[in-house]
Amino acid sequence: MTPEEEAALEAEQRLEEAVQSSDIAISVRGLRNSFGEQTVHEDLDLDVRKGEILGVVGGSGTGKSVLMRSIIGLQTPDAGEVNVFGESMIGRLDDDEALAIRKRWGVLFQGGALFSTLTVAENVEVPLREYYPNIGAKLRDEIAAYKIRMTGLPNDAGPKYPSELSGGMKKRAGLARALALDPDLLFLDEPTAGLDPIGAAAFDEQTRQLQQTLGLTVFLITHDLDTLFSICDRVAVLADKKVIAVGTIEELLATDHPWIQEYFNGPRGRAAVSAQQKPKRELASGAQAERQ
Amino acid sequence: MMQPANLQEDPRDDGTVVHLSGNLAVAHLGDLPEQLDAISRPVARIDMAQVDHIDTIGAWTVHRFAARHKAEIVGASEDATRLISEVGRDDEPMAIRPDPTPPLQRVLGEIGAATRMAGNTMVGLLGFFGATLVASWTLIKHPRRLRMNAVVQRLEVVGVSALAIIGLMSFLIGIVIAQQGSVQLRQFGLEVMTINLVGRLTFRELGVLMTAIMVAGRSGSAFAAQLGTMKLTEEIDAMRTIGVSPMEALVMPRVIAAIIMMPLLGFYASIVAIIGGGFLCAVALDIPPVTFVQRLREVVPITDLYVGMIKAPVFGLIIAICGCFQGMQVKANAEEVGNRTTAAVVQAIFLVIVLDAFFAVFFTWVGWI
Repeated sequence: MTPEEEAALEAEQRLEEAVQSSDIAISVRGLRNSFGEQTVHEDLDLDVRKGEILGVVGGSGTGKSVLMRSIIGLQTPDAGEVNVFGESMIGRLDDDEALAIRKRWGVLFQGGALFSTLTVAENVEVPLREYYPNIGAKLRDEIAAYKIRMTGLPNDAGPKYPSELSGGMKKRAGLARALALDPDLLFLDEPTAGLDPIGAAAFDEQTRQLQQTLGLTVFLITHDLDTLFSICDRVAVLADKKVIAVGTIEELLATDHPWIQEYFNGPRGRAAVSAQQKPKRELASGAQAERQ
Repeated sequence: MMQPANLQEDPRDDGTVVHLSGNLAVAHLGDLPEQLDAISRPVARIDMAQVDHIDTIGAWTVHRFAARHKAEIVGASEDATRLISEVGRDDEPMAIRPDPTPPLQRVLGEIGAATRMAGNTMVGLLGFFGATLVASWTLIKHPRRLRMNAVVQRLEVVGVSALAIIGLMSFLIGIVIAQQGSVQLRQFGLEVMTINLVGRLTFRELGVLMTAIMVAGRSGSAFAAQLGTMKLTEEIDAMRTIGVSPMEALVMPRVIAAIIMMPLLGFYASIVAIIGGGFLCAVALDIPPVTFVQRLREVVPITDLYVGMIKAPVFGLIIAICGCFQGMQVKANAEEVGNRTTAAVVQAIFLVIVLDAFFAVFFTWVGWI
């Protein structure tokens, strides 16, 4: 083993221990981002706990995507700390030492961001090929096929090119690629935007199932109130350049920040709440009917 | 610390047992899949009691091995059992790439597709030219519907902003013609004929032709990209629903601007090229500028200027129509915009050169030689 390989293995082991031992997957401290005159984030703090689905909400232009890009290192912030499993990630996207961390996350971009010259299956194979060239071609093909099926795509989607897919299928294919390496951390940028309600609900269900089966930590940016209510363990609200509140929806409803109240108690918010409560009510009435 | 993945074979009377141990996650698998593939004797059971960690890729490897030997998996932890049953659900082969077509068939198919495409494009272009004529007739009948603001803006973008680059290019071309010409003509002692060469060539051909190529690259491509993007973002559809004709609002200002600007730019380019030629003559051939201008007036007939100025607006029309036509053809995805922009430039330059050849024959026939 060469010294570099040894160092890489050591880094991976250190990370493995960090992943096993720590409760916090991502911690952001004092983050500041600005574009020219306009400040997007100012002194922003956020913790993502291991094994939770954290929903991130906020009005348009409050920097949800910028926050995600700062965490994965696509955007170098003006100031602040971003730690993923205890390792600082700022400006280290192309750093070889951060490779161990990059293997442990998967990112689903808004439009899927599939490589247009590769088929869906080849897209899913890219991370495997890149990080684990020792895996044989046959096994790699099988793994890609399995991941594609796992995200609920039909069997004939594998050899198709991204341009032949619908928006929802592109998102599923993007999810398959994000999940190719069994990441510990999954970043989803508006996964249900542009999907029909049935497709969106199925996608939510899929995310929940994957999260439970694989023990994922999910950082989920969304505008979809149904997604928030049905699958998120906690919700972080971005406003006034900060995370103004983090907690379960019940906790958020108890705060009196006007934006949060408007958001959850607006007509759409109430509709989503009642949609969530309906099944319970039906159960209750079913139980009553049985008693009678 | 976790051990890397490992396996041990244990031949027994009631069938071989394979003991798996260590960490079966993708990073620690090593050559376990190959080792499993290499086991040829029948396996009855797979013992996973010693496995301390597993992910879906490890689970898939075990599932595949178990399926091949119809072996029973024992001693697996709850997580591992769930993962293995999860990965094994609807396990069907899936194609990774589309089936390849045989090379001969593919080449023939591509030739056929390209031919059809070229034919369709030409017919479409002709149709678009017709639509432009119809739109201009409407504008002639209702001159108030011409969007002067848009035309003026296009005039600036197509013409004024191109002055610097076209000037520089023409100046250098003038120098190159004069330099190359003088080298050849010197052999006959006719260095002074360099002036004929520069003067006639730039006014008749190169001034306008090079300008057309530059305008096709600068503005023809921009027209295609602008209209293509507007098509993608459904701006053009929105215009139609509001009752604004895209032909009148978008295409006509660009066509008019190109038709007006091409002769002006062509004339400017010719003059600058002649200045370039005169500069070289003064520096390298010791022909003073006064002599240069005097001789120029003697040898360059005014018909040379007419030749250039008649061609220029036609070239402008072709460039604008190719750009707008290709832009309007954009459908579906962003990749199209790039392809169509390239097509617009290639088509415009090709048509400009073809027409230039026809013009050359025509003007000779007319007697303007």
